[in-house]
Amino acid sequence: METGPQAKYFSLLAEGRFKIQECKSCGTCVFYPRVFCPDCGSDRLEWFVPAGKATVYSTTVVRRDPEKGGDYNVALVDLVEGPRMMTCIKGITPNKVQIGMEVEFHSIDAETHDAVYFQPAGDA
Amino acid sequence: MVNELRGKAAIVGVGQAGLGKAEGFSEVEILAEAARRAVADAGLTMADIDGITTASVTAPMWAMLVIEYLGLNTKFIDSTMLGGASFVAHMFPAIHALHSGQCNAVLVCYGSTQRTSSVDRATIAQVRRSFDPQPYEYPYNPLNPLSTYALAAARHMHEYGTTRDQLTDVVLAARSWAQLNPEALRRQPLSRAEVEGSKMISDPLTVADCCLVNDGAGAYVMVRADRARDLPQKPTYVLGAATHVWGRQGSSLPSLTETAAKVSGERAFSMAGVTARDIDVAELYDAFSINTILFLEDLGFCPKGEGGRFVSDGAIEPGGDLPVNTNGGGLSCIHPGMYGIFITIEAVRQLRGDRGDGQVDGAELALVHGNGGTLSSQSTAILGAESTL
Repeated sequence: METGPQAKYFSLLAEGRFKIQECKSCGTCVFYPRVFCPDCGSDRLEWFVPAGKATVYSTTVVRRDPEKGGDYNVALVDLVEGPRMMTCIKGITPNKVQIGMEVEFHSIDAETHDAVYFQPAGDA
Repeated sequence: MVNELRGKAAIVGVGQAGLGKAEGFSEVEILAEAARRAVADAGLTMADIDGITTASVTAPMWAMLVIEYLGLNTKFIDSTMLGGASFVAHMFPAIHALHSGQCNAVLVCYGSTQRTSSVDRATIAQVRRSFDPQPYEYPYNPLNPLSTYALAAARHMHEYGTTRDQLTDVVLAARSWAQLNPEALRRQPLSRAEVEGSKMISDPLTVADCCLVNDGAGAYVMVRADRARDLPQKPTYVLGAATHVWGRQGSSLPSLTETAAKVSGERAFSMAGVTARDIDVAELYDAFSINTILFLEDLGFCPKGEGGRFVSDGAIEPGGDLPVNTNGGGLSCIHPGMYGIFITIEAVRQLRGDRGDGQVDGAELALVHGNGGTLSSQSTAILGAESTL
């Protein structure tokens, strides 16, 4: 069945694959997935597996009571391909995440399959 | 041309109702009371109102209900929902409708009972996940809108050396102004230690960096400038107004340290033919402490990156060089879900010279800046007394 790019993105995640789009007209890498390139308007968008490397643009610790799961990290990261995305940085105490830190792909959420996590680079 | 609309319409009536806790009243009831007061303040009757703008946080067909409830017969209707900025953003289409002759008197109105309503904000957030999906952010559980402002604050600190102390300066300045406003809901003295010791919610923002959550309704009435002169109140002329949006989600905005206020501000200043240096009083939508710093920079009151140092010099406090958020702001006066109508009303009162202890001496030119969503929508209006025409 043909689906829109949103359903495609999440079905790829469900298969364990994190992919983003590249515009074959202007070369811009696109996230989140679109039906046409927000830069040039072309619909020649192709899915590819990004390098999985990114830099932390900003980070916050959402404070939560320990009995509800404790504090957690929410970050914005800039993929080396260009786009920015929201994520959580895993494998590090939430408040140790620093702006400018190099991070790499960690995992796709094993239960919900709707989130892509990163971790500090070189810790894999 | 846009600039020909400078000063062609004026705000001639303002009204508020249900400020704080409107226990036992519905949203449309307190809205109607605020509307009645605004229309009476303008020296008009509800039958004179033939244009309306309104918006609701939760109800998508809100304008029809409001028209029905108020018994209006309107030729101009705008219910564009841009979050908290909406009631600043509504000014420009209202000017158009008045100037073209589509209508003769526009009522801009809003009411919220988010404090006392049985539908709490957590429920609204839960419903929004289904009705207003953001599938590339929700899975990470940002505590939005707060977390996006926290991400902006953290980035601003990183890029420009803005400090926790400077965020606190914004909070304390707002409280100082609130102490001069009998309507402000938080007037008790506040110390630097209390702000810094308050509960962290989403680093680096504490509960003291967040706006209040109350009930409240506000309304204002606009007519053409020639008619405004015959009405009882000193008219507040709209000299410039512009709205700009770069995107909705923090993860999709080009920057979290420079907002589309840069563009809305430039366009509004251009239409008004004035600059930031001419402004006597500025009402900047402070849903969170970082907002004031961002908008001071983006609107040109200080260079980019200097907002923290600007507020640390006491510039925005009572008696400072640039009176900012003179009602006490969203941080200390009131913030019922969407706050844009209240900053507009405060600016009108300042230009009328009606603000009692919080009056800025000789205020003739005011800037109102509305923000909505997560730094998503930005609306700037330049308002002036008769002398500025």
